[in-house]
Amino acid sequence: MNATTQNEQAALARAVLEIDVNNHPGVMSHIVGLFSRRAYNVEGILCLPVGNGAQSRIWLLVNEDARLAQMIKQVEKLEDVQSVRRHHADHEVFCNLEDFFRA
Amino acid sequence: MTETLTGAQITVRLLERQGVRIITGYPGGAILPIYDALGQSTVIHHVLARHEQGAGFIAQGMARATGEVGVCMASSGPGATNLLTAIADAKLDSIPLVAITGQVPKSMIGTDAFQEVDTYGLSLPITKHNFLVSSTEELLEIIPRAFQIAASGRPGPVLIDIPKDVQARAIEVSAWPQPGSRVLPPPADAWAIAEAASMINAAQRPLLYLGGGVVHSGAANFAVDLAEKANLPTMMTLMALGTMPVDHALSLGMLGMHGAPCCNLALDECDLLIAVGARFDDRATGKVAAFCPNAKIIHIDIDPAELDKIKAAHVGITADVLEALTQLLPLVSENARKNWVDRTNELKRDFPQQLPGIEQPTSHFGLIRSVADCLDDEAVIATDVGQHQMWVAQAYPLRRPRQWLTSGGLGTMGFGVPAAIGAALAEPQRTVVCFTGDGSILMNIQELVTAAEEDVNIKIVLMNNAVLGLVHQQQTLFYGERLFASKFKGMPDFVQAALALGISAVDLDQAADPQAALRDAIQRPGPCLIHVSIDAEQKVYPMVPPGAANRDMIGA
Repeated sequence: MNATTQNEQAALARAVLEIDVNNHPGVMSHIVGLFSRRAYNVEGILCLPVGNGAQSRIWLLVNEDARLAQMIKQVEKLEDVQSVRRHHADHEVFCNLEDFFRA
Repeated sequence: MTETLTGAQITVRLLERQGVRIITGYPGGAILPIYDALGQSTVIHHVLARHEQGAGFIAQGMARATGEVGVCMASSGPGATNLLTAIADAKLDSIPLVAITGQVPKSMIGTDAFQEVDTYGLSLPITKHNFLVSSTEELLEIIPRAFQIAASGRPGPVLIDIPKDVQARAIEVSAWPQPGSRVLPPPADAWAIAEAASMINAAQRPLLYLGGGVVHSGAANFAVDLAEKANLPTMMTLMALGTMPVDHALSLGMLGMHGAPCCNLALDECDLLIAVGARFDDRATGKVAAFCPNAKIIHIDIDPAELDKIKAAHVGITADVLEALTQLLPLVSENARKNWVDRTNELKRDFPQQLPGIEQPTSHFGLIRSVADCLDDEAVIATDVGQHQMWVAQAYPLRRPRQWLTSGGLGTMGFGVPAAIGAALAEPQRTVVCFTGDGSILMNIQELVTAAEEDVNIKIVLMNNAVLGLVHQQQTLFYGERLFASKFKGMPDFVQAALALGISAVDLDQAADPQAALRDAIQRPGPCLIHVSIDAEQKVYPMVPPGAANRDMIGA
């Protein structure tokens, strides 16, 4: 992903986005493309199918900056996005993953 | 009845069922199955462009003139990459377009096959949505959906990339889907509408700010009704020109970088800005912090992401503009607002758009006036991009929505000629004028061949100053007059070039009576190039320097 911008380094808080999407090969590109072309770094990504596999759920860990509200609106506009929910950074989905990321 | 049809035949049948009657494109290996099926269609007329970008802009011209979804086609690889500029242009101006591209067979995707390019990936950030079709069956769902997406909400381009084997494979079709059509958004929030109405009723110095969304939603009459009922002085963005007749008593004209001085000055005095289908583009607002600094803002837009994007709205309303205005109109009280209307009339009198030389028929403004004098409001006015575009925006008496076709957001040189061809194909009863420059026309001059082949009624008014005008102007004003790469040393004989490409041409420079020659050229049916030399030293004024506040206009 992109190097973090000054804008983002200044951000203290993080947010977790929970995004329900249609499961097909292009959907991840659509979502991360919105962030990368605005030089908005995505710190963490998790994605797995849900139910019968027609849908997936994507979890994004992002820095909170002034642009986040606009980013969420842009994500909500995507055809393959069903819903976006915003959580605080302490949401447990990313908490137990640290074991897999030890240097 | 069950039929056995190939993906290509299904595609063409779905386009026919969709009501598409003109498709423009350019064939190549990976889209040949669709072209083979298209050749069998008795209802769709295929217009062969001479470059895929031309095809994209012809489709845009059809869409902009009619409001219907335009359709263009290209093959894989370079065919698809050549389409991209026209697709990006449609995205920025919210033009409904369906682009269909051929792709190498599925088994070869990712092998760097001949004429393979990642069309899906390339088109991702410049489309409203895009599809890579992975099975023939999916076409039955994707094609109607593409039309629905293109036409619904904020319109935009949708790309469908179809691998050759998906086109070639035959399946049994027993039922056809409904054609995709525009789905209306939920109605505007009644509470917000009431709040907006009370703000308008309470405002002392309100301004109505109309954008391209008013054209897209067909709401021009309602916007004018609102302005008249509440006496709201009105300004338009480049994209909205024509929504309120330019000579309407409440019209202040165009705002922004090259807008009317009275408009930009009125913004500083207003206490309420009512933005309708407009997106606070930087060319309209200038320095945002200094844009209508004392005003509250009501913002109505069909795209919720536009609200609060550039300027925070006091009341933001996500809705179709026409529907919102229908709700708003009865709640707004009649108000003579004499002091404010008098004040804006004073600004109009003291700081009008200057049109120097308009009485001389071969000056830049005079030429535009002379063309307008030959036409009525039924004509379509297209432009390319550059000085001529801004002069036409400033001086042409636009009075009808969809009368004005211009590349606003992307500002694509080369837009004009193919867009004019598209408008003329879609509305053959109209005369279509394309104002262009000596830089812009060369970017898609090959489409003169298409114009000749289709015998479209377009009049290309080429304002030739032998420089790249807006670059020349910026280098003169902001780069110490260091003119570099903006003066053309080689200059083609455009009249001979037009004749060689198969259309008629007239050189007003050589005409004994230029006005008579112009009138004759415009009134003669069929495509014609009208060449006029103009002065390279003329600037587009006023000009708000990039990044400056709108009140700080040069040449006002």
